[in-house]
Amino acid sequence: MTALTLRVAAKEPLTPLVTRFRFEHPEGARLPLFSGGAHVVVEMTDGNQLRRNAYSLISDPNDGSGYEIAVRREDAGRGGSRFMHGRVAAGDLIRVGAPVNLFSLDLRARKHLMIAGGIGVTPFLAQIRQLDRLGQPYELRYAARSRAEAAGLRLLPRSPRVHVHISDEGGRMDLGGLLAGQPLGTHVYTCGPEGLIAAVEETAARLRWPRAALHSEAFLAPPPGRPFTVRLARSGITIEVGPHESLLEAIEAAGVDAPWLCRGGACGQCETAVLSCRGEIEHHDHWLDAGDRASRTKIMPCVSRFAGEELILDR
Amino acid sequence: MPATKFSPSITSRPVYPGLVSRGAAPSLMVADAEGAEALIDLVERDPAVLDAAHIVYVPAGAPFGARLSALGARLCHEAPSLSAALPRIRAALAEARMGFQLYLAGTEGLIGRVAAEAVSAGLPLDAIQSEHRGSIARRMQCVHCKGITEDVATDPFVCAHCGLTLFVRDHYSRRLGAFQGVCVDAETPGIVPASQEIRP
Repeated sequence: MTALTLRVAAKEPLTPLVTRFRFEHPEGARLPLFSGGAHVVVEMTDGNQLRRNAYSLISDPNDGSGYEIAVRREDAGRGGSRFMHGRVAAGDLIRVGAPVNLFSLDLRARKHLMIAGGIGVTPFLAQIRQLDRLGQPYELRYAARSRAEAAGLRLLPRSPRVHVHISDEGGRMDLGGLLAGQPLGTHVYTCGPEGLIAAVEETAARLRWPRAALHSEAFLAPPPGRPFTVRLARSGITIEVGPHESLLEAIEAAGVDAPWLCRGGACGQCETAVLSCRGEIEHHDHWLDAGDRASRTKIMPCVSRFAGEELILDR
Repeated sequence: MPATKFSPSITSRPVYPGLVSRGAAPSLMVADAEGAEALIDLVERDPAVLDAAHIVYVPAGAPFGARLSALGARLCHEAPSLSAALPRIRAALAEARMGFQLYLAGTEGLIGRVAAEAVSAGLPLDAIQSEHRGSIARRMQCVHCKGITEDVATDPFVCAHCGLTLFVRDHYSRRLGAFQGVCVDAETPGIVPASQEIRP
């Protein structure tokens, strides 16, 4: 994975929970351009622990002068976002991977309907700049719990194409009405909590939207959990996975090379064969289907965990 | 007449898997001649498919008009030709919203032309279903003069526009809703293979 060492050029709180970071090349070099919906993986060295968290890019995809992300502090998370908020300061050097897009626009669409829940607004901030440049029609629906928590209000342009729904003010989104009234050729993109993505999918299925017109990205950070032990058969070692690290991070910390791309259970890159499983795999990914899960022969170490007597992986 | 079974061919050649009800979603059903029977069979399997359906039928001499209108669709319109029905089909597509379903039944010419109209109106391919019934005559485009010859039943055939003798290919244009016809005697002018009836 190609990573660049960048300087933190700005750190700005947007709300009590969300902070914007801007990264620039230390010598002022141009950064690779990207496409709306792309994310970068930020490396955080915290003592002996190396964390890698993925964040959507929120800056203009056509602007190579810097990359910007918005990080929501997750106090119940593994500690990556707390590290970003508490330990990273303007002027610091930080390793940032090259942009990867697993949530790109389908540019054949006649119209792009974007549905954002909370911090899920981030990929759309870059996408609407791309669509403005291309002159393609879009409509963004941004739902947040309260005005104080809605970081998007500071980042979104004032535009008749952007609609804000604050649930504390009774502005709930009418998904049924929204999806029933879209012109032919509309694609819908959803980013936010799992419940919002599921609600959009259910509503679209009821209204007979074709699957190919639906896109979603769940912002999935590896959940913390109880510690467990894993045997890596090919490497011939047994490792402990701590409560605040992911299985993938524990494999990396043991010096074993493992493939990865999104670190959020979406891309499929880290899929690993399970050789023996006495216990329950806690699948948290969006990659394996019900059949894969039932067969207990595969695991996505970036987000999934294990509870039981023995787990042996082909790694 | 049952649904036509075509022999396997190149990927370009369209296939017509048959109509499956997508429930009471707003829909347009377009059929010609024996294609009416595919719509009647569809409604028999799921009567709810008619709840918000608009039927357009081109009888082309077939006797199914009365049975189709007796199904009780919201709108049922009979047209003397597909060309005469196109303004109505375009208007229905212009009003349609996502979730709209298109059911096509009958000859390849009808299925191809209406599907091309629908795609250019923005309808996703997944919202278009088709079932082949009746004549296997093809709608052919001459790749040389670009003229369209309808209802081609033999191979080779003579282009109705430029007069070249054309070989009937399985190579298909979704944009035009037509197969491609290529000059059969370009290398050996005047030496033309005997004309045969097209087979499924």
